[in-house]
Amino acid sequence: MPLIRNERFVMDTWRHLADDEGVPDAPRLSVSYVRWIEQRNALAMLPASLGVRLPNDVSPQKLAPDLGRLGLIVLTFPRFTDGRAYSQARLLRGRLGFAGELRAEGEVLRDQLLFMRRCGFDAFTVSERAVAEDWLAAFREFDVFYQPAEDREMPVLRRRLEAARRHFTVA
Amino acid sequence: MYRYDSFDTRFIAERVAQYRDQVRRRLAGQLTEEEFRPLRLMNGLYLQLHAYMLRIAIPYGTLSSRQLRQLGHIARTWDRGFGHFTTRQNIQFHWIKLEETPDILAALAEVEMHAIQTSGNSFRNTTTDPFAGAAIDEIEDPRPYCEIIRQWSTLHPEFSFLPRKFKIAVSGAANDRAAVRVHDIGLYLRRNAAGEVGFEVLVGGGLGRTPILAETIRDFIPKRDLLSYIEAILRIYNQYGRRDNLYKSRIKILVQSLGIARMRDEVEAEWTAMDHAALALPDEAIAEMAQFFPPPDPAPAPADDDGFGAALETEPGFARWVEQNTAPHKVRGHAIVTISLKEPGLTPGDCTAEQMDLVADLADRYGQGEIRVTHEQNLVLPQIRRVDLPSVWRALGAARLATANVALASNIIACPGLDYCGLANARSIPVAQRLAVALAPREREIGDLQIKISGCINACGHHHVGHIGLLGVDKNGEEFYQITLGGSADANAALGAIVGPAVKSEDVVHSVDTIVDVYLKLRTGGERFPETYRRVGNKPFKDALYAAH
Repeated sequence: MPLIRNERFVMDTWRHLADDEGVPDAPRLSVSYVRWIEQRNALAMLPASLGVRLPNDVSPQKLAPDLGRLGLIVLTFPRFTDGRAYSQARLLRGRLGFAGELRAEGEVLRDQLLFMRRCGFDAFTVSERAVAEDWLAAFREFDVFYQPAEDREMPVLRRRLEAARRHFTVA
Repeated sequence: MYRYDSFDTRFIAERVAQYRDQVRRRLAGQLTEEEFRPLRLMNGLYLQLHAYMLRIAIPYGTLSSRQLRQLGHIARTWDRGFGHFTTRQNIQFHWIKLEETPDILAALAEVEMHAIQTSGNSFRNTTTDPFAGAAIDEIEDPRPYCEIIRQWSTLHPEFSFLPRKFKIAVSGAANDRAAVRVHDIGLYLRRNAAGEVGFEVLVGGGLGRTPILAETIRDFIPKRDLLSYIEAILRIYNQYGRRDNLYKSRIKILVQSLGIARMRDEVEAEWTAMDHAALALPDEAIAEMAQFFPPPDPAPAPADDDGFGAALETEPGFARWVEQNTAPHKVRGHAIVTISLKEPGLTPGDCTAEQMDLVADLADRYGQGEIRVTHEQNLVLPQIRRVDLPSVWRALGAARLATANVALASNIIACPGLDYCGLANARSIPVAQRLAVALAPREREIGDLQIKISGCINACGHHHVGHIGLLGVDKNGEEFYQITLGGSADANAALGAIVGPAVKSEDVVHSVDTIVDVYLKLRTGGERFPETYRRVGNKPFKDALYAAH
C-alpha cells in the first residue's frame, strides 16, 4: 500500500513483523504491542531501529519508558469514525515528546489526513487510490486553524493577539 | 454581534471549496455514499425520507437581520419557501438537492454563516439563553464565551470523530433558559467568594434513550482556563467513551459508569498534565471578544407614552400579547419580545420566507437589527423599546406572528417526526397541531404549561423535560404515544415519569385534556403543573386516564 511521509509518496523501508515471524536481519523492524511487551528486552538489544504498532485502546503512557528506543509508532484507525488514535497521537507528540515517525494505518481516508497531521502524524498508510486522486492536496485545503494542536500552526486566537500587539507597538 | 475578521472569512471560503470538491467527487463516483456520508454530515446534510435536509448553524441562536433575510432567500431559492427552527437554536431546510448544497453554503458564507458540525459525532452548535445580553437576571453576557467555544471547537482535529455527538450549553443568568442540565457539558457563569467571575462546569447530561441530568464536575473554573478544562473532559471522553453501542456512547454513559467522582479524578489528572498555556484565554482576548457584544444602550427609553398605554386599554389582544410574549429588559423602558412560531394548527417552528423578511425588517426598524432563536423554536427580538411595542405587535399580527402563547399550552415543542425524518416512529407534527387547537381556547385559564413531543426515542422534541411529554412509539405498525409527566427544563430541572401504558395517536388530545382537567382540579394557589404533580404524584392522573378504559 502507498505510504505518505512528510507530504510525499515514499517507499516503506520498515519490515513489519507478524507475531509468529522470526526476527530477520533488517535495519528497521516493527512489532505489535503485545510482542513488544513480551520480548522487549531481547528486541531492545537488536542493532535495528524499532517500531511498535499500538492498538487504539492502549494508553500511550505504556510506551513512555521506551520512547527513546523507538523510531516508529504505528497507530490505527479500525474505522475512520473511531477517533481514539487522534488523542493517542497528541499525547505521544505533545505530552511525551516522541520524535520518531508517527504513522496512521487502517481506514485512513483523504478527508481525515489534515486532522491527523495536526494531531502529530507525519506518515500515513493509504489506499492505492491516493496516488491517482492526488490526496496530497488535502493537506493544503486549509491554512486557518482555530485551535492549538501538535503542528506548528498558530491558532487564530494567537494570530489576532500578535497582530493587535504589533499594531500597538507600531503605534 | 460577532463579526468575521479576515481569518474567519478565509476559513469559511476554504470550507466551502473543500465541500464543493467533496460533492464533486461524490457525484463523479470517487466517493461511495458510505464514504461521503460523514463528510456531508460534517456539513449538516442529512438524507431524510423524501429529500436531503440541510441544517444550518445559528451560533448560540443569534442572528442579524441580514442573516435572517439570507435564510429567507435560501428558503425561496433552494427550498419550498419556508424553514424550520430547531431545539438546537438552528434552522433546517427539508427539501434540498445535493448538487445545490455547495451554492447554499456559499450563500451562507456571504453573511458569515455555515453548516459546519450541525450533525456528526463532534461538537454541535453551542447554545445559550435567548435573552442573553438583555436579561435582567444576568451575571454576564454568555455570548463571548459561546463564540470562543465555537471557534475552538470548529474542525477540532482531535475531536471530530468522537464516540457520539457533543453538545455544550452556557447560561449567564439566575434563571436557566438554556436547559443547561440536559447537555454533555453545561456551563453556568458564577461569581466566586473573591468576586471573580468564572464557570461552574457540569458534565454528562442528555436526553435520548437514557435521560440524565448533568452533574457538577467543578464548582468554579476561572475564565482563563475554560478551554483547557473543556479539552481535558473531551480527551477523557474521546479515549474512554464507548464506541461499541450507539445508544451507550454519549458522555453521560461514561459518567454514569465511572461515577462523577472518578470522572472528576480522571479529568483533573488530565487537566493537571496538559499544557495550559497553549489554551489559556488572556484577559485581552476575552475583552476583545466581549467588544462584539456591547451592553444595550443604558439610556432608559420613555417607559410609556400615550400610544402604549392606550393600546393596553383598548386592545385586549395587545395586552394579552404583552403579558405572555414580552419579558423584562435590563434597561428600563425596553422589553424582550418573543415571536411565537406556534400558531395553533400550524407546524411548530416553521417560518416562511416572507415572515423571515418581516422579522428582519422589524429588527432593523425597532430592535437594533438583532434576532434570537430559542430552543423552544420561537424567535426573539431582544432590544425593543416599550413605546414601539404596539407597532411591532400590529406588524407581527399582520404576518400571523403575534400569537400570544409563549409559556402556554399551545407553545408546543415538536420534532419534525415521521413527516420528514427516517428515524421517527410517529408523526409528531399533526399531534402537536391537534393538541394546540384543542387546548388554545382554555390555555390562559391553564397558565404555564410546557408540552413537548418527540417522534422517537432520540428525543429531539425534549419530551423528558416537558411538563407533559409525549413520545411516539410504534406498536405493530400503529402510532402510539407514551406520556410522561412532571418534567422541567429550568433551574429546577427534572425528568418526567411515565404515567401508564401508551395511548393511540388519535386519543392523545383526549388524554392530555384529561390530565389538564385533573391538574386544574387539584392545583392550589399559583402552583404550576410540575409543582402540583410533585405534590400529588402520579396516581390521580393515572386513575383519571385509565379509569374509563
